Amino acid sequence: MARSFVIAAAIAAFGLAAVADTSLAQGTVKIGFIIPMTGPQQSTGKQEVAAVKLYMAQHGDTVAGKKIELIIKDDGAVPDKTKRIAQELIVNDKVTFLAGFGITPTALAVAPLATQAKVPEIVTAAGTSFITERSPYIVRTSFAVPQSCVPMADWAVKNGIKRVVTMISDYAPGIDAEKSFTAEFVKNGGKVVDAIRFPLANPDFAPFLQRAADRKPDAVFIFVPSGQGSIFVRQFVQKGLDKAGIKIIGPGDVVDDDLLNGMGDQVIGTVTAHFYSADHDSAVNKAFVAAFEKANHGMRPNFMAVGGYDGMHLMYAALKKTGGNTDGTALVNAMKGMSWESPRGPISIDPQTRDIIHNVYIRRVEKKNGQLYNVEFATFPAVKDPGKAAEKKK
Amino acid sequence: MLTVLFDGISYGMLLFVLAVGLAVTLGLMNFVNLAHGSFAMAGGYITVILVNRIGFPFAVGVVLAFFAAAALGALFERTLYVRVYEKNPLDQVLFTIGLVFMSVAAVDYVMGSSQQFVQIPSALQGQFHVFGIGMGKYRLLIIVICGLITLGLQLALTRTRFGSRLRAAVDDQRVARGLGINVGATFGITFAIGSGLAGLGGALGAEILGLDPIFPLRYMIYFLIVVTVGGGSSIIGPFFASILLGIGDVAGKYYVPTLGAFVIYTIMIVVLIWRPLGLFARAASR
Repeated sequence: MARSFVIAAAIAAFGLAAVADTSLAQGTVKIGFIIPMTGPQQSTGKQEVAAVKLYMAQHGDTVAGKKIELIIKDDGAVPDKTKRIAQELIVNDKVTFLAGFGITPTALAVAPLATQAKVPEIVTAAGTSFITERSPYIVRTSFAVPQSCVPMADWAVKNGIKRVVTMISDYAPGIDAEKSFTAEFVKNGGKVVDAIRFPLANPDFAPFLQRAADRKPDAVFIFVPSGQGSIFVRQFVQKGLDKAGIKIIGPGDVVDDDLLNGMGDQVIGTVTAHFYSADHDSAVNKAFVAAFEKANHGMRPNFMAVGGYDGMHLMYAALKKTGGNTDGTALVNAMKGMSWESPRGPISIDPQTRDIIHNVYIRRVEKKNGQLYNVEFATFPAVKDPGKAAEKKK
Repeated sequence: MLTVLFDGISYGMLLFVLAVGLAVTLGLMNFVNLAHGSFAMAGGYITVILVNRIGFPFAVGVVLAFFAAAALGALFERTLYVRVYEKNPLDQVLFTIGLVFMSVAAVDYVMGSSQQFVQIPSALQGQFHVFGIGMGKYRLLIIVICGLITLGLQLALTRTRFGSRLRAAVDDQRVARGLGINVGATFGITFAIGSGLAGLGGALGAEILGLDPIFPLRYMIYFLIVVTVGGGSSIIGPFFASILLGIGDVAGKYYVPTLGAFVIYTIMIVVLIWRPLGLFARAASR
């Protein structure tokens, strides 16, 4: 008797708690931010989380009368884990947005869940072109790899680079980079003399570099995940390829702002195409970099940080536009065509593909005030993902 | 062509210095120390701190990395490892893999997760060209240092009193104790030297292999391949295994880039089918 009373009381208490919870939930909007905070992609997570927190610190945690609650989860860049976490966030926490996703497979793992639960999936890091096609609820604020590769190819041909060896990490974004670069480069009259793919977890680049050097190209086009670029560039110099007059070109992952200063003076002169440099000359960016460095013990923001920062802006702005309506479809519709000025420059969300449109800058590594920076010197304005444009034409 | 061979040898030599400590603990002392890479990482990070932050010369940094890693190894051996020597291999594996994860998290917490680089002096950068072979100066240095270490180890193991004590302690601990050999101290010193060499390898290898908190996990498999292919009962076995794997890996990647990553595993499988105990294994004595 006494026992059943206790149980009844407990059930009642739980019930009340649940009621209290839902009433509270009406006033809050939860953002489930899934990003690798451990493992090889950790630097991505570190940058993104710092940026997301900075955005909230700058813009407050109330939008359209709703309190924003950020739930950060670490998936270690393991897709199975990402999927499980996303499921928990949707079912238990009833999140309004899912955001983050450090690498392509983790973004793809969540795509079916986003579609089924009608939860917007904001991709703030992963860069393979086809990601946004996998669910009508995916919106991207990071970048698509071909966006940087195609302008790179244009620039290279115009600047006397005719023979190129492509060297890429053998995984989806790498292959994206190789294909989009090669297509544009060959179309403009360039010649790819060798295409080298190396495994993602690769300890020593020396043999691949030797192979590239023996082909005597004007330049090597390189794509590796951020973090590995620095080893690559150092070995490039060690092998004497720079002295042989071979240039490094590629999307900006190789000369990640986060690691650039640790690479040493050998990287000076490297030309890359990318959408963000901490050196980007605009008032918005200067304020962003200063605030970011101040909040993070002098850590310099890289392109991942900007992806996260813009992702937060997109979610805030969408909520404002819907007047606090948390319906997933309404939010995604609100995001389509949205444009604003990001630290990287003017950007917008393509209403057809839900992918980002941004300027791509050609930059050269230079020394400024004793620090290395990617200094922008040419701009390709409002670049849409050429990967998708090419597919449409077919 | 010869450049490929040269790169392969230097890569193999580096693998050898990194893995030789593991060959000793695993092969000679029958202890599965998966945390071996953590000592290598410690050596690398110590060099980074000494050379980049405090401004020690590179050579001093590398030498200190050896001693610091050795001291760390001795400390862990005396306080922790000594308790698991007699346990079964599964316990040893669980214990040491736990240490690996702890070291990864600790380094990440203290030093951050990004790649670190040791600033090597400019005199060591660039290449020599001898008879048309491009030889990286830094890689040449690695070959010289690692070659000397190998020679020194082999002599120490076969010609010195300590070497014979160690071999005796490994062959039969009880008899060795009965003869008045201090088995615990012998193992302790051996372990410390093995860890120190790993630290040295980590310091020298940071330039070629990279250095970040997951270093011990990333290279664990390479160390284990060296020891299994070489057979863990001598120095010569792992040495030839390292060179073979280094050349195989580099040549494979050069000539067949698409398959390059598998070459090292193929070599391992072929060798193990041919000689299940490794290239230079003794017949099992127990």
